[in-house]
Amino acid sequence: MTIDVNTFVGGYPFRYVPHPDPSALSRVLEREGIDSAWVGHLPSAFYRDPTPGNHELFSLLEKNTKLRPVPTVRPDWPRWREQLSAAADVGAPAVRAYPPQWGLGPHDPAMRELALAAGELDIALVLTVRFEDLRQRHALDVAGDLSAAAIRVLARAGERVRIVVTAAGREMIEEVHWGLTTEEQHRVWWDISWIWGPPEDHLGKLFRTIGSRRFVFGSQWPLRLVQNPRANLDLLPDDVRAMPLGTVNGDR
Amino acid sequence: MIAPLAGTAPLIDAHAHFYHAGSGRSDWGDLNDARFRAGDRIGITYHVASVLGSYGFSSPTYFPSPIDVTTGNDTMLEIAARESDRVRMYVTVNPNYTDHAVKEIERCVGRGAIGVKLLASRRADDPLLDPIAELAGERGLPVLQHIWQHRRREWPSQEISDGADLARLAQRHPNTTFILAHIGGGGDYAHTFPAVIDTPNIFPDLSGSGVDRGMLDDAVNVLGSSRLLWACDLTIETGLAKLRALEVIGLGKDALADIRWRNAARLFRKGAFPRAGGDQAVSMRHQSPAAASQS
Repeated sequence: MTIDVNTFVGGYPFRYVPHPDPSALSRVLEREGIDSAWVGHLPSAFYRDPTPGNHELFSLLEKNTKLRPVPTVRPDWPRWREQLSAAADVGAPAVRAYPPQWGLGPHDPAMRELALAAGELDIALVLTVRFEDLRQRHALDVAGDLSAAAIRVLARAGERVRIVVTAAGREMIEEVHWGLTTEEQHRVWWDISWIWGPPEDHLGKLFRTIGSRRFVFGSQWPLRLVQNPRANLDLLPDDVRAMPLGTVNGDR
Repeated sequence: MIAPLAGTAPLIDAHAHFYHAGSGRSDWGDLNDARFRAGDRIGITYHVASVLGSYGFSSPTYFPSPIDVTTGNDTMLEIAARESDRVRMYVTVNPNYTDHAVKEIERCVGRGAIGVKLLASRRADDPLLDPIAELAGERGLPVLQHIWQHRRREWPSQEISDGADLARLAQRHPNTTFILAHIGGGGDYAHTFPAVIDTPNIFPDLSGSGVDRGMLDDAVNVLGSSRLLWACDLTIETGLAKLRALEVIGLGKDALADIRWRNAARLFRKGAFPRAGGDQAVSMRHQSPAAASQS
């Protein structure tokens, strides 16, 4: 069973993205043999209040059993817990948050509150390290990448916290993982959308050192090619190619 | 024998690198082995590769000293000779040392190099590059120029050039073929395609870690499949992903073959890739400037 935990619908403010709609995503999943996807609402990352984006997301994915909504919850916004409750009501496996885009630093107490509250509901918190390579960003895109420090703070917040970090590279993953206790490490999963394959073999090295079960399938569609994570898995060194990916709910 | 992931048709990686003991990395041999391992698994017929001096160990990667340039080229000559059935060589030069660069090109071409690799040691449109571009044109050597897609400011560690910079050089040397490096390798590729569309002796390669959706579609739509070269650079998994994506964006068999290997076979010297379909399979409808001037 392959679940892409890192997909979106909706446009991106800084460049044209072709066909970022649920029907296209459904066709892509079918073509690529991916069973289902966690789907965020891409424009909501850049809204001040993500609530209308969540309504649109729920509407777009209504009655679609393979595309599971992952709404956005902004914890420094009034009545944010209602958005978290709404996510639970629709059976969302996770919620998304974008602290760099909201100007929330690594020690912002609101993010810690969100991680704890979501964890109490068995809802994972999906974080995005980056949407684009730092070198190609629009002049107005000044948020910067999510920091490793911000992830460590949340992983340490409480034992029921579950975090899925998307679009991280090897250096960040290692910095976070080895900066956590064993118990805290098991609260964090990493999608493989931005991890390098051969010849550097970052993914293979991480499988050997951290273990494959801390990693989950993610593509960052529609921003990036859905073929990339599969290609990365196909090109793993022989000694780690058969190692299974993790499941966010299955490891607990 | 496991079938190659990208099929059995010829496949030329027009932008590859190898490492050596002087690269400052104890795992340099593993990196070279991994490139061959992944290449075999995908089905890469030829790696057209360069060594970038000492990769920062004794002089900067993008500003290699003459001695590091020579050491790196010696390594590349040795690898190309040892792996002659699957490796071809770019001779790397630093145009700030023009005499050394010209001599290195002559030395390495005499031992089998088929192209020239330029880093980010000098802006692409700088007159210092002219003797190198001229010599490359005379010898029928494609010039692979490191490119930052859309240069908006200076960045540390390299004197970056973009498509517009390279276009100015290419327009001064219409009989030289230029390969514009890694459209997925950083910067805004959307700027690159219109910047080079009117300079027909520039051929972008698809390599780089960037796998933005829409990038390949734009490249094909703006430039056409006859101007694009498949390549991997430092991330072979993105090369495989791009091959798979090209297959689903509606390209015909000929267009796919152009990008996979035929364009490279046309641009480099005749007979450079004997295991890639033979010269008879290479249509003459898209000749390199050098080849066209010879026919």
